[in-house]
Amino acid sequence: MLKRFIYSREGILSLIVLALFLGVGMISPAFISLPNSISIFNDTSILIMLSLGQMLVILTRCIDLSVAANVAFTGMVVAMTNQYFPQLSMAILIVLALALGALLGAINGLFVWLLKVPSIVITLGTMSIYRGCTFLLSDGAWVNSHQMSPSFIALPRFEILSVPVLSWIAVVAIIIVFWAMKYSVWGRNFYSAGGNPTAAFYSGVNVGKVQFYAFLVSGTLSGLCGYLWVSRFAVAYVDVANGFELQVVAACVIGGISIVGGVGTVVGCVVGALFIGVVNNALPIIGVSPFWQMAISGLVIVIAVIANASSDKDKARIILRKPNESDDSVQAPSH
Amino acid sequence: MNDAIFSLKKVSKVFPGVKALDEVDLHLYPGQVTALIGENGAGKSTLVKTMTGIYQPDGGEIIFDGKPVYFHSPHDSHALGITAIHQETVLFDDLTVAENIFLGNYPMKKGPMTKFSIDWPTMVARSQEILSSINAHMDPNQILRELSIGQKHMVGIARALSVDAKVVILDEPTAALSHHEIHELYDLVNNLKQKGKAILFITHKFDEVFILADRYTVFRDGCFVGEGFIKDTNETQLVEMMVARSIDETYPKKTVEIGETLLEVSNLCHTTEFANISFSLKKGEILGVYGLVGSGRTEVMQALFGTARHVTGSIKMNGKEVTIHSPRDAIDHGIVYVPEERQKQGIVLELPIVQNVSLPQMERLTKHGQIDEENEMSLARQYCERLQVKASSWQEKVMNLSGGNQQKVVIAKWLATNPKVIILDEPTKGIDIGSKAAVHEFMSELVDSGLAVIMVSSELPEILGMSDRILVMNEGLIVGELAREEATPEKVVSLATGGTVTC
Amino acid sequence: MDTIIKKPTTPDALLTNRLQKFFRWEMFLIILVALVFVMNSYLSPYFLDPWNLSDATFNFTEKALIALPMAMLIIAKEIDISVAAIISLSSTLMGLVAQLGAPIYLVVLMGILVGAACGLVNGVLVTQFKIPSIVVTIGTMSLFRGISYILLGDQVIREYPEGFDFFGQGYVYWVFSFELVLFVVFALGFYWLLHRTTFGRYTFAIGNNPTASYYSGIKVDKHRLILFTLVGLMSGVAAVLLTSRLGSTRPSIAMGWELSIITMVVLGGVSILGGSGTIGGVVLAVILMGLVTFGMGLLNIPGIVMTIIVGLMLISVVSLPVLISLYKGKKAKVL
Repeated sequence: MLKRFIYSREGILSLIVLALFLGVGMISPAFISLPNSISIFNDTSILIMLSLGQMLVILTRCIDLSVAANVAFTGMVVAMTNQYFPQLSMAILIVLALALGALLGAINGLFVWLLKVPSIVITLGTMSIYRGCTFLLSDGAWVNSHQMSPSFIALPRFEILSVPVLSWIAVVAIIIVFWAMKYSVWGRNFYSAGGNPTAAFYSGVNVGKVQFYAFLVSGTLSGLCGYLWVSRFAVAYVDVANGFELQVVAACVIGGISIVGGVGTVVGCVVGALFIGVVNNALPIIGVSPFWQMAISGLVIVIAVIANASSDKDKARIILRKPNESDDSVQAPSH
Repeated sequence: MNDAIFSLKKVSKVFPGVKALDEVDLHLYPGQVTALIGENGAGKSTLVKTMTGIYQPDGGEIIFDGKPVYFHSPHDSHALGITAIHQETVLFDDLTVAENIFLGNYPMKKGPMTKFSIDWPTMVARSQEILSSINAHMDPNQILRELSIGQKHMVGIARALSVDAKVVILDEPTAALSHHEIHELYDLVNNLKQKGKAILFITHKFDEVFILADRYTVFRDGCFVGEGFIKDTNETQLVEMMVARSIDETYPKKTVEIGETLLEVSNLCHTTEFANISFSLKKGEILGVYGLVGSGRTEVMQALFGTARHVTGSIKMNGKEVTIHSPRDAIDHGIVYVPEERQKQGIVLELPIVQNVSLPQMERLTKHGQIDEENEMSLARQYCERLQVKASSWQEKVMNLSGGNQQKVVIAKWLATNPKVIILDEPTKGIDIGSKAAVHEFMSELVDSGLAVIMVSSELPEILGMSDRILVMNEGLIVGELAREEATPEKVVSLATGGTVTC
Repeated sequence: MDTIIKKPTTPDALLTNRLQKFFRWEMFLIILVALVFVMNSYLSPYFLDPWNLSDATFNFTEKALIALPMAMLIIAKEIDISVAAIISLSSTLMGLVAQLGAPIYLVVLMGILVGAACGLVNGVLVTQFKIPSIVVTIGTMSLFRGISYILLGDQVIREYPEGFDFFGQGYVYWVFSFELVLFVVFALGFYWLLHRTTFGRYTFAIGNNPTASYYSGIKVDKHRLILFTLVGLMSGVAAVLLTSRLGSTRPSIAMGWELSIITMVVLGGVSILGGSGTIGGVVLAVILMGLVTFGMGLLNIPGIVMTIIVGLMLISVVSLPVLISLYKGKKAKVL
């Protein structure tokens, strides 16, 4: 079991991330201390959650480029609601964030499901619409920390067992998605619908509906992250998370989620996100300017897709009898 | 007649331009095997898709257990216990064998809290059971991609058996199976019969019909022709119903003087698909290549046409060694290929006829860097008229033509390049009888004009009727070469399914 | 029975065919352009001034130059969303050589060559590793712009040689700017390339059915490689114009342009699924978007609202045909 994992791509990637983590630790031992490790995970939590949603979308042969704009819009709505109705309980705000995110995701999903329009076009469009709406809503103004209620800001920072709630939320999200993708029929449908849509349809799976669910989940998680983002950085403005969708897609691609659909695991997705998290946190420590960040994630995406592509290049059917195949035929071919 | 569990009454299915099913009837009885017989294009596959809810009928009714039913989706027909083994394997390459078997019908854990949870251990164990019951030995945890075609087919069969079905549809299940596997399948069908399942067995091999079936139904060109008990009929009668004419007349084989050797292939090998392929082809000759689906025949032809990678061995044209790495190379050396998957590889459906015909030789039709459209049109007109393509205009999009006329456009395209060797891969698959005869006639005409033809086909009468020489392939190897005179149906089939010929 | 139903088919049948096609989508665009034109002149007395109209063309000529090859790329079933990043990298390197005192021709050459090289990189990755172009260009999008950030950080370069401003600000004759004239020349060139030459024919064939094209002897990969390089090259040209017009370079230059460029192409009637489209349609779409932007400028509507409109246009343009066919399909079924 362990051997299998190590040889799988998730295993190899995990080892790379671990080596990277320990490598930076050699230069600066404080990097691998427990508090710093928790802090790295906490920094990566939002990326992990968004990547989980994106994973479902990519599994079904789609892509969701609107996640970051969704984060910005939901974040702004929640922040402004908090600003004008500070007495409103956090539970209501979180439900609002989830519902609004789900709605924005559902809009993408409906276009893909009912009109069969390519997801890249739809989400490219909604990406600018959601971002533009954030501007219309706020009129370009910021919501700053002093305009937010104390509990609004404190929630993700509250520590349980010296781990912030933000991280706990990510852990819960990972566990739920992991369970769903492995043990629920609903989750397995993402694999069949993306792996072979025709065969999935023959097996009674409604492929369009599965794609809709993928966008719904991606949107819901984006909504949740919208709140978490503005609360964590204690500020909401139009350009929140600008360009973050690329990091999300990068995390998935690095984690081995095949862009042609049907292949990918939760473990890979999380490790892919952690890879980006570790790199981002390590750069200042090893004295590299943060301006390198963008180029590095670009380079890593390119390398990761090349690695993916060459690993599943040989898709030929196998006709010749392999020497070790159990031979239950009448006779071996002789020539 | 009242005890049929599943009946179609006057069911029709219309596609744009084609009436695929025209008021057909079909009845299936518990504990009996009904054979559905018909040529390619008779509407058999459409029927299966209508019965399994993939297509919705445009007319008529479907009756299950005495009640009329309507299948909105494959799910509805699944729910009633109708299961099918489709001709092309509809499976998931990246999932495990076990999941492929149970997808859509996962075993769930028991208990109030865990009933939403897939029971993986049970799934693997039951897969193992089903697989051993059909004598297919493989690890249920293996990823499907790693299996051979024959093994994948067994997974498809296991999948159909995993549900407690009342009606089992087998759509040409033996097309890709070896001799031995076929006999195991027969046992399986008899076993299912004993359990009281209603079985629809679709085939165009008559020996199978007489071994397995209790009843028969014959379709021709999307129409119901007749039905009855197998014991009351014989092969000649069935053939007549199937083709409405006798076999011998259909093949316009001309005797053409065979010229010098044109193409010589020696020791062509591929890492996974085929090995040690050697043969030669002479001017004026029709070389038939016969083999089961998945025997490597298409792969060999694609290697000759330059679309396969990792191929070793030598190809000589007119005695000179040639290297073929791409279709461009092959075309330039005078080898052209009419592919089996016509719509995918043969033509660009959305482009007009004229642009399809000119596609391989655009460079020749360019004047001052610009396409000479008049010249292009006259080229297309010349060859389409020669092949008698039926279209309202040569500017019509190919997608608006019938299958037979599309095939003619593909052939016209290649003839326009003045080839020396023309490879026809399943040239009459899925086209109507009229066009079929035209294609056969045209093959004779081609060799008469000095070309050499390689014809790959899984239709035995076609192979026997048209070829001067027959190569038989099995599991990626050439297992026999028969001259026209010595070829009999029994010999060819036995070679192709892994048996030996006793001469 | 073998009667050939055939009308006389002379090249004039060709003409009617082409005209018919032209009159569907392009007519609609022409009407829209006319409408917006009338509305603009009604809304603002300044609109009809030739100099104002000429100013308006600066809004879109650079993007439009990229939209031309992009249309061909999308017709060939590929896409490049790294174009804005190519502009950034190209502009950055132009700035760096200009800082070193390079003469004008060298600066321009640098810009164009860098663009072409970036396009070549995209093309090689897509064709050699068989990776979907969307993933490749998502990766190179961060990579190219990331390199700009590494090279420049938050620096701005303004040291361009004397006379360099001509490309983006100069006029060839009266109100006809260099940019506009260049666009007209390239539009005619691309029209010829797509609709009159073998290269164009191959583009349509590949976009409709790459496999059958390959089986017909077309060197599909080589063709794609050329198209990607062409898109890169034109992005380089656009970078020269934009840098010259702004007189400065910063890494964030042309941010988000890929969206408006793809919108122009899709709005112009090019199928996002590949296989069909015309240069005429793209040119009309370019003019339409230019006029809308200009009109909004006259009405003092902020630029970000434009992105909402662009997003909405993009989505409606791809959804409308589907909606119409769905509606027609349902109607046909009833009859």
